[in-house]
Amino acid sequence: MKFERYGIGIAKGMALTFKHLFRPPITVQYPEEKLVVSRRIRGNELVWYPDRCTGCATCAKSCPQGNIEIVTHVGDENNYVVDKFEVDTGRCMFCGLCVESCPYEALAMGLSYERAQYRRGQLVLSKEELRLSDVRQPSGYARPKIEATLPEQSLLVNWDREKGGQKLSLVPLSKKRGRGV
Amino acid sequence: MAIKTEPFILNIGPQHPSTHGVFRLRATLDGEVVVDVEPVIGYLHRGIEKLAEGRTYTQNIPFTDRLDYLASITNNLAYVLAVEKLAEVKVPERAEYLRVITAEMMRIASHLMAVGFFLNDLGAMMTPVLYMWREREKLLDLFEMVCGQRLTYNYMRIGGVSHDIPEEFLPALKRFVAEMPGFIDEYDQLLAGNEILLVRSKGVGVLPEELAINSAASGPVLRASGVKWDIRRADPYSIYDRFDFDIPVGSAGDCYDRYWVRVQEMRQSVRILEQAIPQLPEGEVCAEVPRLLRPPVGEVYGHIEAPKGELGFYLVSDNSIAPYRFRIRPPTLINLTALKDMVIGWKVADLIITFGSIDVCLGEIDR
Repeated sequence: MKFERYGIGIAKGMALTFKHLFRPPITVQYPEEKLVVSRRIRGNELVWYPDRCTGCATCAKSCPQGNIEIVTHVGDENNYVVDKFEVDTGRCMFCGLCVESCPYEALAMGLSYERAQYRRGQLVLSKEELRLSDVRQPSGYARPKIEATLPEQSLLVNWDREKGGQKLSLVPLSKKRGRGV
Repeated sequence: MAIKTEPFILNIGPQHPSTHGVFRLRATLDGEVVVDVEPVIGYLHRGIEKLAEGRTYTQNIPFTDRLDYLASITNNLAYVLAVEKLAEVKVPERAEYLRVITAEMMRIASHLMAVGFFLNDLGAMMTPVLYMWREREKLLDLFEMVCGQRLTYNYMRIGGVSHDIPEEFLPALKRFVAEMPGFIDEYDQLLAGNEILLVRSKGVGVLPEELAINSAASGPVLRASGVKWDIRRADPYSIYDRFDFDIPVGSAGDCYDRYWVRVQEMRQSVRILEQAIPQLPEGEVCAEVPRLLRPPVGEVYGHIEAPKGELGFYLVSDNSIAPYRFRIRPPTLINLTALKDMVIGWKVADLIITFGSIDVCLGEIDR
């Protein structure tokens, strides 16, 4: 190829790159600064409410992977008593179909996303581990009531460092990070 | 005195930064000139077509996310459109608009990745990619807001979409649509006149019009060769016939045209978004569909214009809750068959950029 004046295009590109030097950074220092995730985040956990669950196993039937294992027996009041509710989150693909299908809102997706474990066995969660706790909070996925209570997601579109467009939740470096959000 | 030479086989991949995943290319070289290439695929094979035969129609939607994982929404859309065609489900108006809005957002995000990594293959190491990832990140934030995940959305449902959008979605999307043309101008300033890009990609890896048609190429690869074929126009699905947009067409069919067509398609997608946002009606987002859908006995082929080309689903129903046959027509696998004709006679460095300009996604090729 022949160019009339070689180098003009490169110089234009360099001018743009130079302009970027004066733009505010859009990245955050991840473990110290954390962005607020979506209210509907399909996080790495399921939250199970034993008082609402009737043991109907709709969630287990809707799971594409067959991850949810439920064992029940008939109780005194002619109801199902859940003996075993076990989810293998190592095989879960977090599609959220179980949460959408639950007719009693007894299952919710979790809010956390830092759930790496050292053993595969630790990813299999029993019914005691699946209950609501400080580190296991439900997200608003398919649960509009919970969604309304959660904080607004930080969006890069609204990023403006001077105006504080993104809300950051800051965790100091020295503090030992626990599990959870 | 002539030096005696013999062809030499170079193995590229399966783990190599330029192969966009786990793709292996066995190239026969004469010095630095490519004599023959043989793609070796199957490293990411998961048997999705067979897995789908044992699952219900709704349960298969998350599996389609894992085909072309850079454009999950359009995979969802192609699949649910095929099922709706089979079961004759009527989709509410608002759901149709949400489908078009998310699909066009996905097209922008996918093309940003494609253009960025094409330049990465050219040797513009990471600078254009990071400029484009900034815009892609904004879209991923919006997808996360709507459906809760950043990559595997699982958003479409048979008869509509899974959720209505939250109220802060439309202001954020309007802001994105307003500023996106400015960013595309920036990419043009950075790249379109760049002499190195022009020298490296103009006239390289030419796919002639006739060969492009004969090899069943689709998407930007076909349009760069000068064929005005876009399924959104040729066989309108969903509500694409209501929007006004142009189909950018290249002339030479070389790597530069494929880059150029993608950048222009981003502009057209922004145009579609600009038209769709004000028209968005109120109402239901999902039709009443039985949870265990049993479509009537029959077969159907549904296809859409995915960011990478024509994505088709061929489904056979035997009136049970699971499809009897689930066949995917992945665009990039078909586009890849034209690679050999594009690269023979070019150097190894041109082989890499020609492969990058096809914009393959291995999750879709191997399935």
